Amino acid sequence: MQKIGVFVCWCGSNIAATVDVKAVAESAYSCPGVVYATDYQYMCSESGQTMIKQAIKEYGLTGIVIASCSPRMHETTFRKTAQAAGLNPYMVEIANIREQCSWIHKDMEVATEKAKVLLRAAVAKLNLNKPLTAGTSPVTKRALVIGGGIAGIQTALDIADAGYKVDIVEKKPTIGGKMAQLDKTFPTLDCSACILTPKMVDVAANENVKIYSYSEVESVSGFVGNFTVKIRKKARYVKEDLCTGCGACTEKCPSKKARNEFNMGLDTRPAIYIPFAQAVPKLAVIDPNACIKLKTGKCGLCERVCEAKAIDYTQKDEIIEEQYGAIVAATGFNPIKLDKFGELGYQYPDVVTSLEYERLMNAAGPTKGHVVRPSDGKKPKRIVFIQCVGSRGQSCRDKSYCSKICCMYTAKHAILTKDHYPEMDVKVFYIDVRTPGKNFDEFYRRAVEEYGVEYIKGQVGKVYEENGKMMVQGSDLLSNEQLTIPADLVVLATAIEPDESARSVATMLTASMDTNDFFTEAHAKLRPVESPTAGIFLSGTCQGPKDVPETVSQASAAAAKVIGLLAKDYLTGNPCVAGADPMICNGCSQCANVCPYGAISYVEEEVRGPGVREVRRFARVNEAVCQGCGACTVTCPSGAMDLKGFTNRQIMAEVDAICK
Amino acid sequence: MQVNESKEFKPTIVAFCCNWCSYAGADLAGSGRLSYPADVKIIRVPCSCRVNPLFILRAFEKGADGVIMCGCHPGDCHYSTGNYYARRRMTMLFSMLDYMGIERERTRVEWVSAAEGAKFAATMNDFIETVTKLGENRKLRDLRCKK
Amino acid sequence: MQKIVDKINELFANDTVDRVLGWKTGEFSYDRTPAVFTKDTGLDGFVYDDFCGSNLSKYLISESAKGGKMAVLLKPCDTYSYNQLVKEHRIKTENVYVVAIPCRGKVNVEAIKAQGVKGILSVEETAGDTLKVSTLYGDCECDRNDVLYEKCSVCQKTHVVYDEIIEEEPYDRPRKDRFAEVEALEAMTAEERFAFWREQLSKCIRCNACRNACPVCNCHKCIFDNANSGVAAKANTDEFEENMFHIIRAFHVAGRCTDCGECSRVCPQNIPLHLLNRKYIKEMNELYGEYQAGADAETKGPLTNFTKDDVEPSIVYQKGGK
Repeated sequence: MQKIGVFVCWCGSNIAATVDVKAVAESAYSCPGVVYATDYQYMCSESGQTMIKQAIKEYGLTGIVIASCSPRMHETTFRKTAQAAGLNPYMVEIANIREQCSWIHKDMEVATEKAKVLLRAAVAKLNLNKPLTAGTSPVTKRALVIGGGIAGIQTALDIADAGYKVDIVEKKPTIGGKMAQLDKTFPTLDCSACILTPKMVDVAANENVKIYSYSEVESVSGFVGNFTVKIRKKARYVKEDLCTGCGACTEKCPSKKARNEFNMGLDTRPAIYIPFAQAVPKLAVIDPNACIKLKTGKCGLCERVCEAKAIDYTQKDEIIEEQYGAIVAATGFNPIKLDKFGELGYQYPDVVTSLEYERLMNAAGPTKGHVVRPSDGKKPKRIVFIQCVGSRGQSCRDKSYCSKICCMYTAKHAILTKDHYPEMDVKVFYIDVRTPGKNFDEFYRRAVEEYGVEYIKGQVGKVYEENGKMMVQGSDLLSNEQLTIPADLVVLATAIEPDESARSVATMLTASMDTNDFFTEAHAKLRPVESPTAGIFLSGTCQGPKDVPETVSQASAAAAKVIGLLAKDYLTGNPCVAGADPMICNGCSQCANVCPYGAISYVEEEVRGPGVREVRRFARVNEAVCQGCGACTVTCPSGAMDLKGFTNRQIMAEVDAICK
Repeated sequence: MQVNESKEFKPTIVAFCCNWCSYAGADLAGSGRLSYPADVKIIRVPCSCRVNPLFILRAFEKGADGVIMCGCHPGDCHYSTGNYYARRRMTMLFSMLDYMGIERERTRVEWVSAAEGAKFAATMNDFIETVTKLGENRKLRDLRCKK
Repeated sequence: MQKIVDKINELFANDTVDRVLGWKTGEFSYDRTPAVFTKDTGLDGFVYDDFCGSNLSKYLISESAKGGKMAVLLKPCDTYSYNQLVKEHRIKTENVYVVAIPCRGKVNVEAIKAQGVKGILSVEETAGDTLKVSTLYGDCECDRNDVLYEKCSVCQKTHVVYDEIIEEEPYDRPRKDRFAEVEALEAMTAEERFAFWREQLSKCIRCNACRNACPVCNCHKCIFDNANSGVAAKANTDEFEENMFHIIRAFHVAGRCTDCGECSRVCPQNIPLHLLNRKYIKEMNELYGEYQAGADAETKGPLTNFTKDDVEPSIVYQKGGK
């Protein structure tokens, strides 16, 4: 028989104003097992906790029920209190008489009666509680970062600097991500490549970092501290250890018509290529869809010119298996596809996305930094920027969210354009201009006030071609006028969305996503860089739209969380895990079918009990892997599988107490 | 909204709420002082997939007039797949109860997220109102004639 | 039957198996009870005829755990149970040799009695569809199609697993729809359904015959016998168990029940228990796609599976019935 102590909290007047706390405490004595009951103003306060500790010792309590606020608020607090008094922390139950009673009921009598029932249920459950001890599992001191953009690079660098091994898996042939494609960064206008490429070099040179470029995560198993990851290293058809990145092959390659992804398809590249001059690793890669040799068996020119003998047409994908303690998702973003925005004229060459414009302005881009019309190579006289293309919309083609970076990069584009070409006419259609950030509004005002960029509040309904001009039809909401502006070039500030690989990565990681396929945080405010899945962390735009400094901050924050995890030698698990009684288990395998974590395996061992001594197949739960959801317990027909802390009998005792 | 605090019949209603979404949703309803009748008592479970149909039958047998199960929205389960299993199990249980002639409205499943305090309160108000109208539930307890 | 006897003797002779699970005559001349025959004792007393209704697959749980290799005679419906048990790792298949035997439906002597025939001494098969019944009061005849077990009157099953098959002679399959009874119940009002089940379940004497005969009700320890499960109540102090037994049993076998019909066949109170299991089969077929438990030994059952777009439980309130 338990000796239970009951502690009813007033929570100041939060509870005591609507619940007769003394009557509730008094009622506890009619519950089986209760030997002591009291009430106090603030149980969570220092003196309240002292009172609990004293009562535990004085009355030799084997368990305590706190009737107070939600267990989500103070369960941990009171478990620590119990532990400090020598009680097992899992011999604590909370009756939620604040959020689920005093705060929602006005009638004192009604609320008091309900509080008594909630208390009775908690006592009934506690009578069946058993002391629980958490298991421990070791931590593999190596982290994996999925994605090698600025987010992944920063996270990896920070983890490596703390002395831990970290691997980056990047699906493209080079790390650098979107930032490598940018020209300048707002609001300081420093050159993106100048600040990014040294970091790329640093991360490649760091002895704690290993980069798997042109690789993808194939599968993930295991759990926090003990992940096993298979990485598919895609065939480059170039031996990494031999290639010097001299580029001779790329010059000689006769197949030069492949779309150049790095320049957003504004020009072409050879079948064997190095994505850009500062690529890391600086290695050539053969595009199997463009390579004549791989497609037809004829050619082989690159192999002949390669002095390093690095070309290998027979190379195959390679699967590498590695152990990690923590995994960081840094899968990044892409501009949305504009095929459903026909009215904005993206089908015309002289209507470009912002990222394409970024390449047009870049000195290393397809036009060597000269802003020209893709259609005829002529310098435009008037450029119209259209904001919020696909962002903040209601229709199914739109994203409902604000892509956050577009206002600022459009201001940047406008300023840079006017800076290079003061005579050019630059107009911006906008819904709102959002500039919350350090020096952001000042930057935008410079565009308007110093550079004379014309901002037009209004949306564009149509862009069409007329006599070689792009006609932009929109409304000016401030002057209430319909405008048709002939432009030479139109730039669409395209919404951004999570990279298309994010969904499959999330599935492998069992990390949750929101409806837009952004990774969900463990807590939107308090745990923004962690996924709800233990051991999975979030870095950069895979969690939501953000600019470079914000990405870097989040990347470092994620790294800090990873370091905090890897610094531990052992992890203490959740003691509320499932377990099967070998005497009852049939070994039918139904529980393993529903376990989301693969925590259940089966053994054939001798079981011994009253009248039983035989070899049986039965389920065994890996307590380090089990997260305690309980799916197995309901699937089990024999009731052999039960969940500690939420056993069948405990829950039924609560049911009985409530329905009594 | 106070549905029935003045009426005579007070139903006994058990609500199973998953720890991560619906229980938090219930807490949020509390923080927002969104009232619903005291007839409903919440039992916290880690996940809707922990709710054994046995518990629901047990509740009815012991005198519950209505049982509601709340979990994370499908796709949002803290354990990724728990509520998908719960959804099938509850569908099957409800189907059997209906087949036995038990009023359909006495059982319900609602997906309530941690952010949906208002939905939680509204759901409870609606459910309690429905069950109150049905009156006392004797059927399951009387499934077998007393000789 | 002779073909079966020859086959078993052949299996004994070439040492394929050392024993066989079949039937022998029980208390009455028309009773058939499961029996094990060994190579040493031979097939003395072995019988296979229209009365061998029982499903032998469940006996393999204990028999296959013993050493040696055993032949088992399985009718088409029994092979589904066998597969289901294999799926649940309850049978050591390496110790079993499945001989698929023909079946054209089994005769329920209770159904003959229900026709008003009293004092039955023996029932004999004839070549056709007529049964010769001898009673204390003289002989009479009846049409075997009228006195088949319910499970046989809707059977469309064929053998799904075997090591060896003894080919069956073609016969006319019954044309009765197996879900017709369930549909009739669904079409009733809730009050009518309640009245129906109340009448039926009130007959239950909790003899556990349904549970003991059911191939998938095979737990080492049933929750109803487990004092720690919280539902067992040996003394009749807790009505929970009494009232909920059949619902809980139906739920425990949902997605696993092969519709072998043993529960209804063995019920001494003639409660149509198959209507509970068949409701589940029908519902799961309609909501989650056609599924036949035991059709193979691999596919996950509907309750250990899901799709993201499954119907919501409220579907139950929107569909059919009154």
